[in-house]
Amino acid sequence: MTDRRAASIELSRVTKQYGSVTAVRDVSFTIAAGSLVTLLGPSGCGKTTTLRLIAGLETVTSGRIRLGGDDVTALGATERNVSMVFQSYALFPHMSVLDNVAYGPRVGGQSHRRATESARAALAGVGLAELADRLPSELSGGQQQRVAIARALVLEPRVLLFDEPLSNLDARLRRQMREEIRALQQRLGITVVYVTHDQEEALGVSDRIIVMNHAVVAQEGPPRDLYESPDDVFVAGFMGEANRVKGVLQRLDDRTGRVTIGGLTRTLPHRGLADGAVDVAIRPEAILIVGQPTDGALRGTVKRAAYLGSRMEYSIASEIGELFVTSPAVDTPLAPGATVALTLTGHGITLIRP
Amino acid sequence: MRDALRRWAVGWGLVGCAALALLPWYATSDGAGPGKLQLLVPGLTLLAALALRNLPSRLGRSVLGLRLMVLGGGGFIYIAAQGWALGGQPGMGLGAAVVATSLLMLFAIGLAARGFFKGDVFVAGAVVAVTVLVGLFTFYPVARILLGAVQGSDGSVSGGALAERLLAAKIWRIDCLTGGRSCGVGWNTLVLALLTATTTTALGLAFALVVTRTGFKAKRLLRVLTILPIITPPFVIGLGLILIFGRSGLVNQLMEWAFAVEPSRWIYGLPGVWLAQTFSFTPVAFLVLIGVVEGVSPSLEEASQTLRADRWQTFRRVSLPLMRPGLANAFLVGFIESIADFGNPIVLGGNFGVLSTEVFFSIVGAQLDQGRAAALGVLLLALALVAFFVQRRVVGGKNYTAISGKGDGGRPAPLPPFVRRLAFGVALPWAVLTLSIYGLALAGGFVETWGRDYTPTLRHYVKAFSVEWSQTGIIWSGSAWRSFWTTLELASVAAPLTAALGILTAYLLVRQRFVGRAAFEFATMLSFAIPGTVIGVSYILAFNVPPIELTGTGTILVVCFVFRNMPVGLRAGVAAMSQIDPSLDEASRTLGGRSLATLRRVILPLLRPAVVAALVYSFVRAMTTVSAVIFLVSADYDMATTYIIHRVLNGDYGVAIAYSSVLIVLMLAAIGLIQLLVGERRLRRAAPALTPLPAGPTA
Ligand SMILES: Nc1ncnc2c1ncn2[C@@H]1O[C@H](COP(=O)(O)OP(=O)(O)O)[C@@H](O)[C@H]1O
Ligand SMILES: [Mg+2]
Repeated sequence: MTDRRAASIELSRVTKQYGSVTAVRDVSFTIAAGSLVTLLGPSGCGKTTTLRLIAGLETVTSGRIRLGGDDVTALGATERNVSMVFQSYALFPHMSVLDNVAYGPRVGGQSHRRATESARAALAGVGLAELADRLPSELSGGQQQRVAIARALVLEPRVLLFDEPLSNLDARLRRQMREEIRALQQRLGITVVYVTHDQEEALGVSDRIIVMNHAVVAQEGPPRDLYESPDDVFVAGFMGEANRVKGVLQRLDDRTGRVTIGGLTRTLPHRGLADGAVDVAIRPEAILIVGQPTDGALRGTVKRAAYLGSRMEYSIASEIGELFVTSPAVDTPLAPGATVALTLTGHGITLIRP
Repeated sequence: MRDALRRWAVGWGLVGCAALALLPWYATSDGAGPGKLQLLVPGLTLLAALALRNLPSRLGRSVLGLRLMVLGGGGFIYIAAQGWALGGQPGMGLGAAVVATSLLMLFAIGLAARGFFKGDVFVAGAVVAVTVLVGLFTFYPVARILLGAVQGSDGSVSGGALAERLLAAKIWRIDCLTGGRSCGVGWNTLVLALLTATTTTALGLAFALVVTRTGFKAKRLLRVLTILPIITPPFVIGLGLILIFGRSGLVNQLMEWAFAVEPSRWIYGLPGVWLAQTFSFTPVAFLVLIGVVEGVSPSLEEASQTLRADRWQTFRRVSLPLMRPGLANAFLVGFIESIADFGNPIVLGGNFGVLSTEVFFSIVGAQLDQGRAAALGVLLLALALVAFFVQRRVVGGKNYTAISGKGDGGRPAPLPPFVRRLAFGVALPWAVLTLSIYGLALAGGFVETWGRDYTPTLRHYVKAFSVEWSQTGIIWSGSAWRSFWTTLELASVAAPLTAALGILTAYLLVRQRFVGRAAFEFATMLSFAIPGTVIGVSYILAFNVPPIELTGTGTILVVCFVFRNMPVGLRAGVAAMSQIDPSLDEASRTLGGRSLATLRRVILPLLRPAVVAALVYSFVRAMTTVSAVIFLVSADYDMATTYIIHRVLNGDYGVAIAYSSVLIVLMLAAIGLIQLLVGERRLRRAAPALTPLPAGPTA
């Protein structure tokens, strides 16, 4: 019954309504087998609902869901061979760690001995073999997280789902846990869907990111694409800080165009936009502060400055508007009121659809 | 999944066939069976359902589901219709019941196959079963009482009969205002309910304030006071009051001895019943209000104080308004309890009749007028429902306490001195009085004749509970043993059923989303509001004649207990289940646990405290209830409470008191036993085994 191969996931035109609220609207995407994909978006945008639809915990209002090519739309969670790690971990508080992990095999009809064996193996896989007899309440947050993962993995699911797995951990544990999840996924080669609202976490862990906003998919792609060439204002803003400025586009060929921003020009992909006024998103680290005003540079005045340890953050009033700029030069900070010249690097600048 | 569906269908089909072949269709002792033709339809239906096993699977689940629904539903409707339509049949027996159940379950499996209830057979079956049971044993009897109320004595239906009964002078006359004998029972009921609701709310608030907002030490004691009424038969307080204030009670004797005042009978009537109800229902108000008072977020009061409000201003302008919905709720609860109360008015009412006692007397008294009883019952029901709906509005409407949530710490503001003194001044004397009533009521069992001869004696206990040994074994020669064993037996049968039904229903309500859930919830909640007397009369009307003939059996008592008390189990279950993170169920589901496995392995173990509460409540209430039961007891099945009531009505207080004391002790023992059997839920180890945590592998 259990199919060891990782499965691809395909949502086509999936909509989920709760009464008058549309939690997910006409969402379609495909997740390749064996990849780790994050669903990223602000709170309430429908990430959890999408995940629960994949798990079979909710039924779609319309649309179809396929796992490994099979249409599972009508199947309940029990029959989908999909495991989920819950945000609260959802460890059964009245069962020992071992019993928690052995639960899946047990209700699946395995003998007590075999279930225990596979549970011990799964616990060893997450490095918790010696805590098997504890109750969940006697574990730290990170350990509970690992038990939850072991419990989800013991059934060798074709797909593993994580709902904000790091949100209950303290900041220091988060990076470590994130790396563990990534390593585990690559070692086992399973398909993982990972929900988070933290763009850094998403950038750090995924093969691909699906950004959601207001119940629809805003953009989908590899982390670098999303960061460097966001499609629209929302994605640009959500994938990190971005300055939104006005520019003028003049197409060069079927791919690129010349964009004039203030006195600067850059050649960028035109992304199908028409010639004329366009919106440009510029990452704060894509703006360089150069010493003296020179030709072809923007002029600006420092309004506010903040020291953040590894970098400086400036608000700079310029001819193209107020800009948010970061600079690694913490040793030579600029004081408010200083006049500066600004230029742009090659990366982190993109045309966005309004 | 499809296979599982078919297995269920085949299983229930076989159960139905077996019942049809082996069990007696009718509940008669002479073994008479119905005509073959009559059984042909259910038989063929079941066989057709079994044949569906071979339905080619390419036709899909929804075809299978539709056929199962048609067969199961049709067969069930056939059985019900022929039962009611064909006269002259005996009541249905076990065979009919099991066949009907299996047909219903086939219908439910059909629903699941068509995708209702997320395709879950267990949930579908449970919802269908609970719906039919509640319909049959709560709504059908209520429908019968409505019918009975509009039926004239010759059986014809006419609105005139209802109007005549409802407008009768006996219900609505007001000559007590003009110096006449007494007012109508309708007014009596209303006035009593308003008075009782007012006093219980005021006292409940005083207790709640004392317990939560003062440094009062003996809080434990007050908590005990709230448990007492739950485990006392409903007329112990009435008896205690008679022993103190009755004609030959302590107070009258003292007055006669000291001042030669004529003994007064004031306790028999409105004042006595009011007093007794206030004693009985203050603890309920307290339980409602303690939650309300605790729910007022201390941080709001602290905010008020930092805004330069003094204690009194804070109490008046912040705390009290925040408690207002809770106070309204407590008032309505008191109102509902009062109009449903039967034990206190029957013991202390005298000439002061209320609706519930009037219903009783019109059915057992010389009048024997079922139509009148039904009409009065409908009136009582209407009152209760109005109060119930108002209460739902109040509770559902403004729930201030939830807004500022929990967890924001802070210390509740101390009470203003005046309020504090008032709360203590009211609560403490009342607590002392309550305790002395219980004390006296219990002491009354150990004296010859209260009021005349205070010689200590065990006579009453001997009379009720004497046991003799003979060669043939123990002879239970005391007069109370018979009803005692019956009560114990029926309560023990009813308690697990009640708890199971209540918790199952709670599970369906809290954890499942399905079409019609709101109506389902509404129906189960509604059965809360139906007063016991109404249930009693309606059961007589509904189950005295075939096709469901239960009067005079133990079954009707058990059924009555189960459906009267199920809401308590339901409430305990709902409260407890709302505390359990739903993602635990979901985790179980994604791990392959079906709903039954999830219920059994995850939810029930976590629900242990609620299961205990439901068992205890249903057991205790089955032993102490009187209002519905008094209509349903028979010579073979006499219950403890009705036996006691009859002793009281005969003026035989000694035995009544002795018996009540034994019941209280018994219930305490039963509560202990249930605790022991169901056990504790273990979420932490007793000893702190938490030595330093071994670090994770990569830490
Ligand atoms: N069971 C539910 N009933 C009603 N509305 C819901 C339910 N679950 C989610 N929603 C609504 O759907 C929207 C998306 O919720 P969710 O998927 O939990 O968002 P996210 O996980 O991205 O924060 C929200 O507006 C939420 O209020
Ligand atoms: Mg979420």
